[in-house]
Amino acid sequence: MLKMTPLNQTHRDMNAKMVDFGGWDMPLHYGSQLDEHHKVRQDAGMFDVSHMLPVDVKGNDVRGFLRRLVANNVDKLTVSGKALYSCMLTPQGGIIDDLIIYFLTEDWFRIVVNAGTADKDLAWMLKQRDALAPKLEITPRRDLAMVAVQGPNARAKVWQVIPNSQAATEELKPFQSAIVGDFFIARTGYTGEDGFEIMLPAKDAPAFWTALHGVWVVPAGLGARDTLRLEAGMNLYGQDMDETKNPLESGLAWTVDLKSERDFIGKQALLDTNVTQHLVGLVLVDRGVLRGHQEVIGEKDGVEYKGEITSGGFSPTMNQSIALARIPVQIAVGDEVSVVVRDKKLRAKVVKYPFVRNGKVLV
Amino acid sequence: MSIPTNLKYSKSHEWVKPEADGTVTVGISHHAQELLGDMVFVELPDVGRKLKQKEECAVAESVKAAADVYSPISGEVIAVNSPLVDEPGKINEDAYSAWLFKMKPSNPAEIDALLDAAAYTELVESEDH
Repeated sequence: MLKMTPLNQTHRDMNAKMVDFGGWDMPLHYGSQLDEHHKVRQDAGMFDVSHMLPVDVKGNDVRGFLRRLVANNVDKLTVSGKALYSCMLTPQGGIIDDLIIYFLTEDWFRIVVNAGTADKDLAWMLKQRDALAPKLEITPRRDLAMVAVQGPNARAKVWQVIPNSQAATEELKPFQSAIVGDFFIARTGYTGEDGFEIMLPAKDAPAFWTALHGVWVVPAGLGARDTLRLEAGMNLYGQDMDETKNPLESGLAWTVDLKSERDFIGKQALLDTNVTQHLVGLVLVDRGVLRGHQEVIGEKDGVEYKGEITSGGFSPTMNQSIALARIPVQIAVGDEVSVVVRDKKLRAKVVKYPFVRNGKVLV
Repeated sequence: MSIPTNLKYSKSHEWVKPEADGTVTVGISHHAQELLGDMVFVELPDVGRKLKQKEECAVAESVKAAADVYSPISGEVIAVNSPLVDEPGKINEDAYSAWLFKMKPSNPAEIDALLDAAAYTELVESEDH
């Protein structure tokens, strides 16, 4: 039996093509994935991301616990509502999950984790809690729905729908959040566009979705979500990284704090590691479509090398194929590589990602 | 969308239109494009290539996945729909007018053995359930 979000029937009523996404019955698209992609880049789209799990951590000195639990430094969170992107690591430095931590008060932080990893994340957090801070309360919030409204006009449309939300959220900077009545509104997202991710009581989700649709926010499925995040150069857990990879070889060194004296789980392993591979962007020069798991090959300074595409696809904004690939660190931006696609070797250029931000092509 | 009765179909979802001059035109079915989603790339066979029945001969890629296209019959490729390469979305708009290639059959009996519209409808319905 597939798991369903509170918006399941709403998606079906809107003629969504539903797919099994890691055990969840989710909308892939509502007709045209390409149209949904362009609408988000140009206007506003909404995604049901209720399969992701908010986890509340409450009690005395939550901050002290999180300093140890995650690789980024929660001491960067000084203003209430501020959010931080981080990896949670194994002692060996492998990525258990990537997540967002919201600082609300010193005795209440909220962590949002991926759907596919939610059970193991929760088990890991509870295990660390028992060892480090047994008095903390860790509560999964399946009673909440989550809707991402993304695009240049997304915020203005949300203000039309949630009473009194404009005054409370207009001044929010990226990665800040505010609570407005029953709504938790964060200026975050997974598309490279402006917008909000909004948590609300599950029972209110269908009416909220319908109200957004009423102000011409188009529903967008997992298909568009994937092409948008790829263009935005954002990692997808399970594809671009997993427990066998560390953040330093996953383009996430910027999220790891190795400078402060703070010790965190996985830190020593990262300090000891010799990074031989990195994550880069690829733009396909020849015709075709790059896909995950295709082999990247080439020769540099007389030495043959190999790598692998971790995420690939067609970029609707650029009208050509792009990818994220893990290749040896010697291969750098500007180099040309070959990608094995079926029986052909296609040429691709190594670029610095993101590929697209705020509607503009950057590569 | 109804399945045209003037065409023949393969089990791998290609359609075949027998032309008056004995050649055939080949494309992928409406059902196939629906399964694939928005098309973004098409690779066509070379003109002059001799194909065996069920041989991989073209590629249709959507936002979601790459799909091989199999030659529904044996024969020689005599023309390809080159403009389609720049507008693969035409397949989504009308799969039965967005043809991929034309062939000169080497064994016309293979055409008769393909599925007719009724049999293909049955196949599509059985896959849906």
